[in-house]
Amino acid sequence: MSNAMNKIMGRYTGWARINGESKVAPFVVLLLAVTVLASACNLLLPAGSMFYVSTYTITLLGKYLCYAMLALAVDVIWGYCGILSLGHGAFFALGGYAMGMYLMRQIGDRGVYGNPELPDFMVFLNWNELPWFWQGMDQFWLAMLMVLLVPGVLAFVFGWLAFRSRVTGVYLSIMTQALTYALLLAFFRNEMGFGGNNGLTDFKDILGFDLQADSTRVSLFIITALLLCGLLILSKKIMQTRFGKVIVAVRDGESRARFIGYRTEHYKVWLFVYSAMIAGIAGALYVPQVGIINPGEFSPVNSIEIVIWVAVGGRGTLIGAIIGAILVNYAKTKFTAIMPDGWLFALGAMFVLVTLYLPKGLMGLLSQLQGDKQPTAPVDTPLANDNREQKSEGQA
Amino acid sequence: MSVLETTREVMRRDQVWPFLQDNETQVDISHQVLLYVEGLNLSFDGFKALNDLNLYINDGELRCLIGANGAGKTTLMDVITGKTQCDSGTVYFGQSINLLNKDEAEIAQLGIGRKFQKPTVFEAHTVMDNLELSLKSNKRVLPTLFASLTGEEYDRIDEVLETIGLKGERMLLAGSLSHGQKQWLEIGMLLMANPRLLLVDEPVAGMTIQEGERTAELLTSLAGERTVVVVEHDMEFVRSIARTVTVLHQGSVLAEGSMDDIQNNQDVIEVYLGEAP
Ligand SMILES: Nc1ncnc2c1ncn2[C@@H]1O[C@H](COP(=O)(O)OP(=O)(O)OP(=O)(O)O)[C@@H](O)[C@H]1O
Ligand SMILES: [Mg+2]
Repeated sequence: MSNAMNKIMGRYTGWARINGESKVAPFVVLLLAVTVLASACNLLLPAGSMFYVSTYTITLLGKYLCYAMLALAVDVIWGYCGILSLGHGAFFALGGYAMGMYLMRQIGDRGVYGNPELPDFMVFLNWNELPWFWQGMDQFWLAMLMVLLVPGVLAFVFGWLAFRSRVTGVYLSIMTQALTYALLLAFFRNEMGFGGNNGLTDFKDILGFDLQADSTRVSLFIITALLLCGLLILSKKIMQTRFGKVIVAVRDGESRARFIGYRTEHYKVWLFVYSAMIAGIAGALYVPQVGIINPGEFSPVNSIEIVIWVAVGGRGTLIGAIIGAILVNYAKTKFTAIMPDGWLFALGAMFVLVTLYLPKGLMGLLSQLQGDKQPTAPVDTPLANDNREQKSEGQA
Repeated sequence: MSVLETTREVMRRDQVWPFLQDNETQVDISHQVLLYVEGLNLSFDGFKALNDLNLYINDGELRCLIGANGAGKTTLMDVITGKTQCDSGTVYFGQSINLLNKDEAEIAQLGIGRKFQKPTVFEAHTVMDNLELSLKSNKRVLPTLFASLTGEEYDRIDEVLETIGLKGERMLLAGSLSHGQKQWLEIGMLLMANPRLLLVDEPVAGMTIQEGERTAELLTSLAGERTVVVVEHDMEFVRSIARTVTVLHQGSVLAEGSMDDIQNNQDVIEVYLGEAP
């Protein structure tokens, strides 16, 4: 009896997992609805209206969505493939710098020194001509290409070396930390040609649109939301292909996957590149909205924070990563306004609590509340099984 | 060649493009031997796990490997399947394929399937997905990204589900299967690839007696068409399936022969059977 019950339950939950994966659609609709509503309330309502959304809020929301995209990138690699990258802040920052270089070149002769060719910091350093890697960055298309290419190539080289030598687990995480730390130190140096510790700032316009204008701010916000939704759907689709199944297989039994004939290191490298490119896009959208990019973005702590967003939302669910990033950053905004120094402690406490009491994050909690269905992508199947067995016994 | 001719050549419908072709090398078994293991040595920090080990497996044979804990059975499989590098010795698949310079994925694609001592299936995937992943298909990244199940492959999965008796469980998550069912699923995953040689490490560990009997049936039915090497501690089980038994002891072959020969072999009684009468 109990055995039969188990089977039925099992079969049912097996299907539930497949159904659960279509939850992306309602989420996308919700996200876009909020985006349109907030934008309309900013552009169409007078500033005195009760429902007016300030441009400051729009920019803040846009920033959250960039973080959400970054969290998506980390979830793709950590949640689905089990690779804990503590260096995704580096890819984000590199994408940001590529965009920043374009915006810098757009300033033209409106800088303090009025040099039509050179950004202010280069004039200040007494440089006479643009370094080679700044050439052509006044072209939007080239800059956008670099947004994808620079993080992509770095991820490829790093991933190729690390995965081929079968570096995994903590060692890999430490290497990613070292990577972002090394870049932090490099970008602090003035001779690197990226503005040293001041970074790139004082941007004026993008593609001819004034960056201070409400309409530009709202457009950037909408573009961020659209790209986030697009990348969410694309990532979900990829995870549903056989490639995606191999990725999860690598997470749960890499040597088994190898013995079936998959070159797992190739799979990991390409997923890492994909993830790094998403992070690069997020960085490129972030910079015009916040108006600055400096080496601080490479700080190792930033990369660790991203992982916490994903853990809070629930890893291996994609949507969870997005929700986690938005909620934690909202909390950060509120918290730092009251107690600026306490944030890191709060973040640490949150991480400990989530790890102890919500191993599947908010998404796990959500699916538990929804009648205890199987969560979308079971990260800890043994646990899930325990629940199921207890439950079916209770019913038998 | 003109452009037209080149195009025609590229678009020929009677053959697939080279990069889609199975790069399967034919296994040469003209001497009836499928697997040659000769003079294998391997030490872990001075401890000799394999000590001048020689083993020949005939094509279509069902061979049992027995030996006390730590005799080197699993290590031998590790070396054959490319997981561990040995210090010296040769391993040939057929007459011509040297396995020692290949990695796990290549060896798997040559048609050598391996079941681990501890059952390893992809727990977060359904039974169906587990088998789909194990299909004999192009395992490179891009083809896998765009792969979809053909009718033929679907039938193949059905066939294997039938063989391993998990037809009713196809949509279950593998993690929710019983221990015995996981063992079968893992064997099923090996079968999906149509392997030439199956290396099965302790298939009945943790199974009930009935499950063990079914496993014995399954393995005996596979032999003949395929070659099967089974490592097992359970002597009843070995007796029920084995034709030839090889006894490993401290990293080398102690005796080889039929079950009866082995049981009467003085060396074996001393070091192995003698311990547990
Ligand atoms: N990676 C390793 N590093 C060090 N020693 C190892 C390693 N792998 C195996 N050994 C040792 O080699 C010996 C042979 O191990 P192996 O796993 O092959 O034994 P086995 O015959 O499969 O035993 P069992 O019946 O317990 O599975 C053991 O003494 C083991 O401790
Ligand atoms: Mg063993």
